[in-house]
Amino acid sequence: MKKIGIKTLLDGKGVDRVLSRLTHEIIEKNKGAGEVVLVGIASGGIPLSQVIRRKIQVIEGMDVPTGFVDITLYRDDLARAGYQAPMKRTEIPFSIDEKKVILVDDVLYTGRTIRAAMDALIDFGRPRNIQLAVLIDRGHRELPIRADFVGRNVPTSRSETVLVRVEGAPEEWTVLLREDPPGKGE
Amino acid sequence: MEWRRRHVLGLSDFHPEEMEFVIDTARSMEEVVSRDIKKVPALRGKTVVNLFFEASTRTRTSFEMAGKRLSADVVNFSAASSSVTKGETLLDTARNIEAMKPNILVVRHSASGAALFLSRHVSCSIINAGDGSNEHPSQGLLDLYTILKVKGKIAGLKVAIVGDILHSRVVRSDLHSLGRMGAKLWLCGPATLVPREMERTGAVVTSDIREAVRGADVIIMLRIQLERQKTSYFPSLREYSRKFGLNREVFSLAKEDAVIMHPGPINRGVELSDELADCDRSLVLRQVESGVAVRMALLYLLAGGSHAAH
Repeated sequence: MKKIGIKTLLDGKGVDRVLSRLTHEIIEKNKGAGEVVLVGIASGGIPLSQVIRRKIQVIEGMDVPTGFVDITLYRDDLARAGYQAPMKRTEIPFSIDEKKVILVDDVLYTGRTIRAAMDALIDFGRPRNIQLAVLIDRGHRELPIRADFVGRNVPTSRSETVLVRVEGAPEEWTVLLREDPPGKGE
Repeated sequence: MEWRRRHVLGLSDFHPEEMEFVIDTARSMEEVVSRDIKKVPALRGKTVVNLFFEASTRTRTSFEMAGKRLSADVVNFSAASSSVTKGETLLDTARNIEAMKPNILVVRHSASGAALFLSRHVSCSIINAGDGSNEHPSQGLLDLYTILKVKGKIAGLKVAIVGDILHSRVVRSDLHSLGRMGAKLWLCGPATLVPREMERTGAVVTSDIREAVRGADVIIMLRIQLERQKTSYFPSLREYSRKFGLNREVFSLAKEDAVIMHPGPINRGVELSDELADCDRSLVLRQVESGVAVRMALLYLLAGGSHAAH
């Protein structure tokens, strides 16, 4: 069997620093956190949106409304997966009308997830604007979508997978790049 | 778990894990229905045909609404207005509809096994919406879901099902759904309408409604199917109502937080008194609500999956 290569892109401290910078950028661009709401994309974007929420609380002293969205019902490849995987919940318990919505996800790849998430958001109201914050941008876009706030740009090949773990204590957070065995991956 | 089932013909071969999967999906669907915009694009470009050879407003409307909220195109085909009255067979009708390339056929038919039969002869997915006195799987699942929402669990609950057990497809599906999740089931009705063989399912059979209701957590009242009572199974509706109808006095024997369910439509004053049908312990309308969510879940699960990718 071929050995599978795993490379650490960010350790816990690295992730924390990157998220601090992202949070400052979000606050700077929006001139504060008023009118800002966070929406994490299930499942990888949810813990990230919670971290950013806490950091905004520390920096700006305000608690921004934070929700999450599951994009399963908005996918464009429903019949392609070969089976139906369990759905997550969508919970946006506040109005997004006229708000500046920051969509948060862990990895930006083809852009199809973001397209689906934007369609989902529009069903909840009419935000003033939608901005995108991602921890990792790994390229290979298939749609004209770009992020407003990027943690790290990581050139990858399609046979690699980016593994993001931002749960538990900050020391345990990691971002790994794994080379998949041939035949797997996209 | 991954969903790989192609048809939903009955619950007799459903694992508890699969039922939980449907319920979990139904919860997500219920969130969709609670939004201002109650429509998602999941089944865009898919066609669902409601093929109903038996009268039904509630189930058909429920499937129709479920399909439309998922953006499927839903076509209703009812026997009364079709070539069935001109003598076309079930299979010919189904093949003709199949030639129009639907993705899912929702079938109701008076013959037990009709859905299974069709699943062997057509290439699209089949959902059984009631076949004779065999099964009504979406009802079995929505009853399960409704009880779970109110009671938080199924295992250990005493569930009394009262009425025409013999002809009821709801009972057979409930036996699989509630029974397999660990409910203690009691079946009650006139001896002529409760087959003794039902004891083999592990349920307790009785002709005494008081015994069935005593200490029950859930009471499911079945409709006396007036249209099926051409043979006399009991002397008169009045006597039936007196012996097997649920009224305040009998209901007081149940647990303090017991709830009443009914698959509808209710014969008020026969199996259920007006007073109980409208009381706050009656879950009848919540069943209808759960029904749309469960059917959205089933349509969604069948429309994905490997069999759907041609």
